[in-house]
Amino acid sequence: MARDDDDAELLARLRAGDEQAFVILVRRHHAAMLRLARGYVPSMAVAEEVVQDTWLGVLRGIAGFEGRSSVRTWLLRILVNRARTAGTRERRSVAIGHAEPAVDGSRFDETGHWAQPPEHWVEDADSRLDAAKLADRLRSAVGDLPGRQREVVTLRDIEGLTSEEVCSVLDISEGNQRVLLHRGRSRLRQALETEFGRA
Amino acid sequence: MPFKLRLSRRELVCQQVVELVTDYLEGSLSRSDRRRFEAHLAGCPHCTEYLVQMRATIELTGSLTADDLPEPVQDEFIDLYRRWQAGGEPPG
Repeated sequence: MARDDDDAELLARLRAGDEQAFVILVRRHHAAMLRLARGYVPSMAVAEEVVQDTWLGVLRGIAGFEGRSSVRTWLLRILVNRARTAGTRERRSVAIGHAEPAVDGSRFDETGHWAQPPEHWVEDADSRLDAAKLADRLRSAVGDLPGRQREVVTLRDIEGLTSEEVCSVLDISEGNQRVLLHRGRSRLRQALETEFGRA
Repeated sequence: MPFKLRLSRRELVCQQVVELVTDYLEGSLSRSDRRRFEAHLAGCPHCTEYLVQMRATIELTGSLTADDLPEPVQDEFIDLYRRWQAGGEPPG
């Protein structure tokens, strides 16, 4: 990816003491880092501290970057480690192995077929539903996800990382990444259906 | 993966299909499971609707922008950089 090459070049310039390269890197990655950090800590002010601290860590650790992952992946890994430490939010550690159905079992009959099928909302999302209200509801649903699901959904679906990048940032296996993504997305769908559905 | 649906060779039922949606979208189903998944969808409007909703959810999540997030204040970071340099810490 051209952007990754570009990032790597900026990092090389930064290593050589180029202040401007630092500013460009910050401008490029700061918003995503702040969004991610915000999920771990109680306020935007603390999130900003975590991100600042991360950039300082980047400057200190720049010689340690080996280029095996993309610069973005490397930055987000540092951020996640710091944000987890700083996070005062209650740790809701839902074990990966804990079965959590995508759809509540009561909505299926004893043969596993729908008894209460999905209520419609998608076709209304553009017309009937207020886009701002929809975004608000969804944003708060993302915020309500258990920690690990929120991490994966934020990185994959909001920040647009690949599954490989997410695994690398969070240090989880491909299989676990998929389970967390599945549970997180399933919860978000349910939240939207609950809020906007009509049978 | 400790939690895994046991797929029998028989037709999938809706309750199994909703658990396979992400694997399907991620392209991680085996070829035969993918075929069974698609065969179920072909005959089940509710699960088809469910898949549409999951896709819409992903798309809507992707369109969330953090409009409440401030842009980084450039001066603040130039300052951070200069303080770091002045601190005499060698890179790395």
